[in-house]
Amino acid sequence: MRIGRARPHHRWLDDGQRTRAMVWIMAIMLFLTVLAGALGFGMAGAGRSLDRQLAGRLTVQLVEADAARRDASARMLVERVRAIPGVKQVVEVDRARLAELLRPWLGDAGLDAELPMPAMIDVDLTSGDPALIARVRQAARAVSPAARVDQHAQWLSPVAGFIATLTWAAAGLVLLMATATAAVVLLAARAGLDTHRDTIAVLHMLGSTDTQVARLFQRRIALDTLLGGVIGTAAALGAVWLLGRQTAELGSELLGSIALADPDWVLLALVPLVFALLAMGAARVAVLRTLGRTL
Amino acid sequence: MANIVQFENVGLRYGTGAETLSDVSFTLSAGAFYFLTGASGAGKTSLLKLLYLAQRPTRGVVRLFGEDAGALPRRRLPGFRRRIGVVFQDFRLLPHLSAYDNIALPLRVAGMPEGEIEAPVREMLAWVGLTDRGTAKPPTLSGGEQQRIAIARAVITRPEMLVADEPTGNVDPDMAERLLHLFDSLNRLGTTVVVATHDFHLLNRIPNARMMRIEKGRLLDPTGALRFPPDRGNA
Repeated sequence: MRIGRARPHHRWLDDGQRTRAMVWIMAIMLFLTVLAGALGFGMAGAGRSLDRQLAGRLTVQLVEADAARRDASARMLVERVRAIPGVKQVVEVDRARLAELLRPWLGDAGLDAELPMPAMIDVDLTSGDPALIARVRQAARAVSPAARVDQHAQWLSPVAGFIATLTWAAAGLVLLMATATAAVVLLAARAGLDTHRDTIAVLHMLGSTDTQVARLFQRRIALDTLLGGVIGTAAALGAVWLLGRQTAELGSELLGSIALADPDWVLLALVPLVFALLAMGAARVAVLRTLGRTL
Repeated sequence: MANIVQFENVGLRYGTGAETLSDVSFTLSAGAFYFLTGASGAGKTSLLKLLYLAQRPTRGVVRLFGEDAGALPRRRLPGFRRRIGVVFQDFRLLPHLSAYDNIALPLRVAGMPEGEIEAPVREMLAWVGLTDRGTAKPPTLSGGEQQRIAIARAVITRPEMLVADEPTGNVDPDMAERLLHLFDSLNRLGTTVVVATHDFHLLNRIPNARMMRIEKGRLLDPTGALRFPPDRGNA
């Protein structure tokens, strides 16, 4: 007769009294957490991408009614700015391109050579260093006191601010979900203690320590969280992937930059593990605190 | 013989109610056999709870194995409880575990390696005459079988003291006598045995047993000078 072998310690609690509700609650919690996390990572990525694109970009406008003087000033400005260390690229925007940009407002009149349009010079810097920007501004003013230097980062700062707000909101949501998960675990552990009160009384009577009892609950709750977490995370990552594909098809440069990087996917895939550890800790605290109030 | 238990003016009160035990003083000698008798509600179970550390006294001193049990920090209780075996009238076996696993439970709680558990558990199953019932779950066992499993579970760690609360209450007279023989044989191995019962037919079955009688929460012989055979007329 081979008996007793298939009964490791974690079977001390009756599995027949176990409910699967915890698994599904955790699946929903983790689904929402991973979606919030994906939003956070996506927004953080978009923010970084926007910073990279805009940090060292300037546009210099030369307003001059006389087209010949304007073109000469523009050429001089391009040469002077190009000579400044830290300037990567200086390009005067093509007149036809400018006219094309103005077409929605001016129609074909924008193509008229007599129309006094400013010269637009795009400047790419190696960094957004304020001193470097000041040197470009100085060079522009030296060529034409009326020259205006616009920093792209300033134009889009409301967008960058909105992205940063969304990133922090997502991080807040993840924290909120983690707190809610811990609260659910505390309640589940207390309910479990109540359900298994008789078994725990017997274990205590036999000399079981609170830590031994806590381990039974920790293991069970961690497994439920992990199982539910894997289900919820898989569903959430699938949803994120589908959304990413749809976003990419829109062709928007800004929306396209929201895509997750490879490390982001890995970190999101690890969320169930982190939450299982969190659940273990919360269960341990709940059980030890509750048992500590008994003899 | 050395004293294994010493009660000094012990009182026990549940919540704000009246005292369940009052001014209880006695000593138990190591290796002796004791019956604790008294009518239902007299305080037998409460006194046993103090013995197996399920309660702390409200007042007075309970010394177990030479230490003040009332002052023991919680972390030390498991170590003390492992030195005491407990048997209940309602068995308190874990219904989802087999008889084998119920008996093995104290060894597993004590951290014994899995490979070393089988031999003592088989020995216990044989001792209580249930070698073939190891795989059975408690709900499929008779009352007598369940009580024998409970006794095997209580003694498998060779406790220094065995406390039994009405262990024969749910079994027939023949089985009650068999159970008593198990307690007696354990006592002969050196374990102090305390059996609470109101079944006076059992009291003279153990010739060397001493008797304590409790009434309305007070020990009738507070000096601990215990009598045998019992005075049936007063019982």
